[in-house]
Amino acid sequence: MKLSRFNIVSLTLCFAFLYLPILVLVIYSFNASKLVTVWAGFSTRWYAKLFHDEAFLQAAFVTLKVALVSASIATVLGTMAAWVLVRFSRFAGRTLFSGMIFAPLVIPDVILGLSLLLLFIAMNIDRGVTTIIIAHATFSMCYVAVVVSSRLVTFDRALEEAALDLGATPFQAFSLVTLPVIAPAVVSGWLLSFTLSLDDLVIASFVSGPAATTLPMRVFSQIRLGVSPEINALSTILITLVTIGVITTSILSKRSALVRAGEAEG
Amino acid sequence: MDTAKAPPPTSDASAALPPWQDPAAEPLIRLENVTKRFGDFTAIADLSLDIHEGEFFALLGPSGCGKTTLMRMIAGFEAPSAGRILLGGEDLVPVPPNRRPVNMMFQSYALFPHLTVADNIAFGLKRAGLPRGEIAERVAEMLRLVQLENFAHRRPHEISGGQRQRVALARALARRPRILLLDEPLAALDRKLRAATQFELVDIQERLGTTFIIVTHDQEEAMTMASRIAVMDHGRLVQVGTPEEIYEQPNSRYVADFIGEVNLVEGVVTAAENGRLVIDWAEDAAPIVTRSDVAAPVGTRVTFAIRPEKITVGAEAPEGAANAWQGRIEDIGYLGNLSTYHIVGPAGRRFKVQSPNRRRVARREFSWEDRVWFAFDETAGLVLTE
Ligand SMILES: Nc1ncnc2c1ncn2[C@@H]1O[C@H](COP(=O)(O)OP(=O)(O)OP(=O)(O)O)[C@@H](O)[C@H]1O
Ligand SMILES: [Mg+2]
Repeated sequence: MKLSRFNIVSLTLCFAFLYLPILVLVIYSFNASKLVTVWAGFSTRWYAKLFHDEAFLQAAFVTLKVALVSASIATVLGTMAAWVLVRFSRFAGRTLFSGMIFAPLVIPDVILGLSLLLLFIAMNIDRGVTTIIIAHATFSMCYVAVVVSSRLVTFDRALEEAALDLGATPFQAFSLVTLPVIAPAVVSGWLLSFTLSLDDLVIASFVSGPAATTLPMRVFSQIRLGVSPEINALSTILITLVTIGVITTSILSKRSALVRAGEAEG
Repeated sequence: MDTAKAPPPTSDASAALPPWQDPAAEPLIRLENVTKRFGDFTAIADLSLDIHEGEFFALLGPSGCGKTTLMRMIAGFEAPSAGRILLGGEDLVPVPPNRRPVNMMFQSYALFPHLTVADNIAFGLKRAGLPRGEIAERVAEMLRLVQLENFAHRRPHEISGGQRQRVALARALARRPRILLLDEPLAALDRKLRAATQFELVDIQERLGTTFIIVTHDQEEAMTMASRIAVMDHGRLVQVGTPEEIYEQPNSRYVADFIGEVNLVEGVVTAAENGRLVIDWAEDAAPIVTRSDVAAPVGTRVTFAIRPEKITVGAEAPEGAANAWQGRIEDIGYLGNLSTYHIVGPAGRRFKVQSPNRRRVARREFSWEDRVWFAFDETAGLVLTE
């Protein structure tokens, strides 16, 4: 179907609304002037300044650590949850469990953050990097479960049976056959968790302690003192990271869809 | 239908009896009153069966009669709801599938999509802990067997359906199991490759002494390859026997009808003496006279079964034939080596007759609407009381 003029206009507007602010932000991160609204020529000085900023480096380190560790925990737990929900389709309360695992996807971050905070206080756990990791693992686990279970549903059980038949132990059948076949979904789940953790401001603010500041938290606190070009530079870096994560995820899921099409044909 | 068949192989030349007739023989696999239920549905109903070492056992039956379910219970993927499965006298049910000396070729092939053809075949050998050199050798041998040497490094989605089927077969064969379960192993192969693979299977079986249990929809395949055939219906065994027994002495209308083509004529016994039955089947027509061991007193309703190739057609009444009637040719099917005639006989009853084409088509003896005689002798047919 050919695009009509109206469609072209609405599409342009839609993308403009979405990406113009980001574009402006990225452009101004290369601004030589300290004034955010005045363009004074191209420069990377804010990036340089950023990389000499002790507090920034500290926050970047915390953020990466939290994202890496929480994504890994979430991937393991989420994959296991998906496995049980898909495979053992007839245990008591399965519907309840599968509903419950998806609930955090729709619960507002504020409520999730607050409830986790209350839990940590009740259990007398010191707040810091660990609590952020736990919190992030908790909510991204649900995303992993969704991604992996949708792959497992279409996974042909006969493959596992064939592996068992050929002498593999149940664990070997899982690690040598099931896991490699669903690997793209598991990796997408990990990348998604990683990205979500990088992004998160609200939950991290609730559960972090004095020594643990993530990049989004730092951006937010600095913004209150006024927008500085440094923040633009930092945001640009974050956007780049997140974009890479999202693109890789979608490439992976497209590729595995292709493989699956071939598999279904066979 | 190929009825001429070599006698069933016996592993031991001194044993005169085939193992299934020898009461002293220990079966390799014994199913004792096995029942399998899925919820309310009974897929296998109280089935008992012995399969002996070195047999080539074929399961035949319509779709959904429980053939795959039976295989899956032997492989260990389903536990029977009741009854026992014994392997060499020992209970097989608690043994997990990976510990059973049984390999299965899946109806859906179940090839590992992330592994190459060669790695698929090597999978079971690696699990068995064979040395690398031997694995490579065995894989090469299997690839040669299924004629896939040039496809060793392709993935399953990069080969054709028939090629996938051959990979599945090679993968199941590679471990040289004691029992090989083949669920419609040759369905996707063309005629020539199928014949070659059938030959290879029989050869493998004779060389390695593997016991084969094979599901097939192809009767000819079952007849030519199997030492015994089991005909199933709705989760039950209807008849178990050698191909000759199944073909020549079906125990029921169901089996007679299922295996090959057959004319079934219903009638009433009007005389029975000295192992000879006279069956009235149509008014104003000479009765059927047949020899039979079946105890059918006068007045019993019976079904007379006769195969199309056991009936002869002729322009004149044959001399000395116990059974002969006149009819009209309604249809002729030309099959190359054979022709099938549909003849309308007495009382409008249709008979299917098959006779070899000894002459070229242009000089064929009969054509449509010809009036002909069709006949068979006293021992050609079979009386079924059921
Ligand atoms: N897991 C299951 N749950 C419920 N019913 C099942 C299950 N597996 C098989 N059945 C039913 O059991 C019956 C026998 O199935 P089975 O697969 O053994 O048939 P089959 O003889 O192999 O047929 P086909 O020739 O079509 O392969 C079918 O009616 C099927 O619907
Ligand atoms: Mg089947």
